[in-house]
Amino acid sequence: MTQIKTPAPPTAKATGAMLFWRTMWARAYPRIVGSLVRERSWLFFETVLPLAATAGYVFVYQAVGAPEEYVGFVVLGGAMTAFWLNILWAMASQLYWDKEGGNLEIYILSPGPLMAILLGMAVGGFVMTVTRAAIILIVCSLAFSVTYTISSVPLLIAIFFLTMIALYGMGMMFAAVFLASGREAWHLANLLQEPIYLASGFYFPVRALGFWVAAASSLIPLTLGMDGMRQLLFAGDATLGFLSVEVEAIILLILSVFFLAAARFMLTKLEEIGRREGRLIERRR
Amino acid sequence: MITLSSARPEGDHRPMGFADRLLSLPFVQRSDALRSFILGAWLGWQIESNWADPLLFAVYSFARPLASVMILVVMYSVITDGATQQPIFAYIYLGNALYIIVGGMLAGISWAVIDDREHYRTAKQLYTSPLVGYAYLCGRGAARLLIGTISTIIVTVFGVLLFGIPITFGSIDLPFLIASIVLGLTTLSGLGLIIGAISFQLGRNAWQAGELISGALYLFAGALFPLDILPPVLREIGLIFPATYWLEAMRRALLGANMIGFQTFAALDNTAITFILLAMSVGLWISAAFVYRWSMRQAREKGVIDLETNY
Repeated sequence: MTQIKTPAPPTAKATGAMLFWRTMWARAYPRIVGSLVRERSWLFFETVLPLAATAGYVFVYQAVGAPEEYVGFVVLGGAMTAFWLNILWAMASQLYWDKEGGNLEIYILSPGPLMAILLGMAVGGFVMTVTRAAIILIVCSLAFSVTYTISSVPLLIAIFFLTMIALYGMGMMFAAVFLASGREAWHLANLLQEPIYLASGFYFPVRALGFWVAAASSLIPLTLGMDGMRQLLFAGDATLGFLSVEVEAIILLILSVFFLAAARFMLTKLEEIGRREGRLIERRR
Repeated sequence: MITLSSARPEGDHRPMGFADRLLSLPFVQRSDALRSFILGAWLGWQIESNWADPLLFAVYSFARPLASVMILVVMYSVITDGATQQPIFAYIYLGNALYIIVGGMLAGISWAVIDDREHYRTAKQLYTSPLVGYAYLCGRGAARLLIGTISTIIVTVFGVLLFGIPITFGSIDLPFLIASIVLGLTTLSGLGLIIGAISFQLGRNAWQAGELISGALYLFAGALFPLDILPPVLREIGLIFPATYWLEAMRRALLGANMIGFQTFAALDNTAITFILLAMSVGLWISAAFVYRWSMRQAREKGVIDLETNY
């Protein structure tokens, strides 16, 4: 019989930042082990098949004789879908799913903060998400001979990480909203899939939607993140950008702070209301 | 309120719902498979619709497919400066509208397996009851088909009214349209059942299997663009899938003379496409029956029929 080694319990009682840190890794651990060791079928579903979907959009552009840089836009958009899907299905919907599965009550009973649990989900899910995004980006770039001319590497890295912070902050906020929505969480997640691909310009420059629609869509961090990255990756095509990269970076920074603060507020509020009304562990809603 | 007992208890005077009426028909009562199918379809519909706020359900049912088709409209318009009167636009638009049904059929059944097993955790109850699992899954798929069909009709009408997609009463070849619908849906449901059956052995991420396979078929089936655009090797792969022929058949049946023709299907007339779809539907349904039995046995042997992978 195989002996399963479990890590020794920490000797010192964790509080504050250390508690947050340990809680985050405790939640990330099953996701990392689950995806890397126990259930590897995702490698096929999450990498090979999305490649074909992205390629489909590339062929649409080729069918109507689009300029070369549009192929690069689609490839980047296809890669970024991985992050949006991760937010929707592995983060926003996750607390609802955990409630249905009986894990939420354990989270609430434990001393670990909910924000740390959500961050742990994000960190744990990052393995799958980054793998999917990287494979789409690399394979499609090679297959369709996409040429990147990076105008500023530091700015590109800054835009990417700001986008991720704002996006995952938004995911945490959504987790509270979805949990409050009950069964309709699934419909909400579905509702936020293709419509967001459209509004955020995953497969075309967002400025094609017009200024006001693009401005409204900028509330979704991926809109400005992708627009900025496209401008930086395909230097010389700044005319296709919605705002200047510097302005987009500042807005993303503001969005990051806003979404993280909103997530913290909403999770605390939701827990408070849930405790008062006794709905935190109720499953049939 | 609808109850689902074929033998209603004494003193139950609630009005009979549609499902009750179907279940009380003599020939339905004699068939476990038919009752399982109706029960699956009824449950699928309840899950998809009634348990959500009706407005949210309506928005979700139509917003997603409309957004999906609008992505293509914007992509096309950005490049062609809004030349939606070109025949290629109708080809792309209609392919995408019809593909909603393909997606629903392929994803619906695998999603139902994961939903029962991991979300509602009713797999044990279902598969220890006298339910005919195969028929039950077909029923769950039928609920998705109904929603997909409504979405397709709305998206198509939207295209005709807003973008002038040239579908008229004169352009529709009715007998070919009916044959294409019947054979196409039979074929696609066979493929959906195979994916659903395999999902019994996969973890929670299998909910995406159907969606991702249907996403991948976007590339090969010629939903978004003519197969002639693809490199020859990929074009040959596309010719394996029933969705490719179904989309071609439906486009021909709806657009008639307004349809732009491409080299790949030039040699196949409507009769040839009908026979190909017929052969594929028979083959896929026989395969689905075998795959279902094999996969169910494997799932039972491995003890994963009530697997939970909630990581």
